[in-house]
Amino acid sequence: MGMAVTDDQFHVLAVDDSVIDRKLIERLLKTSSFQVTTVDSGSKALEFLGWHGNEINMFSEASISPNNYQEVEVNLVITDYCMPGMTGYDLLKKIKESAFLRDIPVVIMSSENVPSRITRCLEEGAEEFFLKPMKLSDVNKLRPHMMRTKLKNDIIENGKPENEEKQENEKIITTGEADSEVQQFQTAQSLQQQTSQNNNNNNDNNKRKSMEEGLSPDRTRPRYSDLTVMSN
Amino acid sequence: MQRQLANMKQTLFDQGYLDEQFIQLEELQDDANPNFVEEVVTLYYRDSARLIQNIEQALEKSPLDFSKLECLMHQFKGSSSSIGAKRVKSECTQFKEHCRVGNADGCKRTFQQLKKEYATLRKKVEVYFQFARQIGPVEKACRSK
Repeated sequence: MGMAVTDDQFHVLAVDDSVIDRKLIERLLKTSSFQVTTVDSGSKALEFLGWHGNEINMFSEASISPNNYQEVEVNLVITDYCMPGMTGYDLLKKIKESAFLRDIPVVIMSSENVPSRITRCLEEGAEEFFLKPMKLSDVNKLRPHMMRTKLKNDIIENGKPENEEKQENEKIITTGEADSEVQQFQTAQSLQQQTSQNNNNNNDNNKRKSMEEGLSPDRTRPRYSDLTVMSN
Repeated sequence: MQRQLANMKQTLFDQGYLDEQFIQLEELQDDANPNFVEEVVTLYYRDSARLIQNIEQALEKSPLDFSKLECLMHQFKGSSSSIGAKRVKSECTQFKEHCRVGNADGCKRTFQQLKKEYATLRKKVEVYFQFARQIGPVEKACRSK
């Protein structure tokens, strides 16, 4: 299952109830050389993830291909916040609560600039929060998140002699703090170098912690400055 | 001819019909996806027709269901924003504001205004696309990416 870390391999699942926004995000992602699957609801997203998510890659050698779905890995979920039924936040929660799905980075989009909403999502484990409409420059920010997780999974599959079920997060706590601060300032390329040297895992817990402490300028500053710029 | 097209587009911007987002759409268009902008705009028309109809029906009810209206308008605002339909978007914002304070007359008035803006936008954008089609690939070659 060890895949080379190239952009062509990154598969993004985009969730949005608006047909226009689905088309837009699809084009944005494909322009950035990502593979894209779009769905129009949170429940369809979970269905898609459930059928051939990380659980299959992590725990089984054989490739299972249930029904019509091919077995593909999802490297990132990007979801609209405001959707009927299951909101993007609900979807985020479900993913982060699932032992098998929680490592998939989730990114939220919203047309509304509501700071409390943003904080809530980030606290729940979203990697980033984008204001709609999305731009190419926003999509370029997705790559580091996918690379981190991909490398993490490769290590899980190939490197770690210990139990694979154990979350990487728990193991790497000691190296987490300083490294994650530094990593957040890296570009995607140098991040790649950095991660091959350090134990790459950008500890999710640390990310969240520094978020709460307000120590994560790379996370908050670009988002909030985007917000102020975009408020018309 | 290209200059005419560019002027046309500039006018649409100057008059506030379109904003930055439209340019973003154009930048996503390339040889592999030569009709991207038109495809998106066509989707927008279809989606807008549905929303306008639903809003119209909802406005005929008495009393008005403001929360439903606001929800419909939120969708309309979102899609308008996604294609750069600036004026339509601002009418949507106004409408939502009326919903928030429960101003039925305001909603109905703004909706009429919104439909007008939408119709005007459609016309102007269609003219623009027609012209662009006539010019063809030459126009694209001239645009610096």
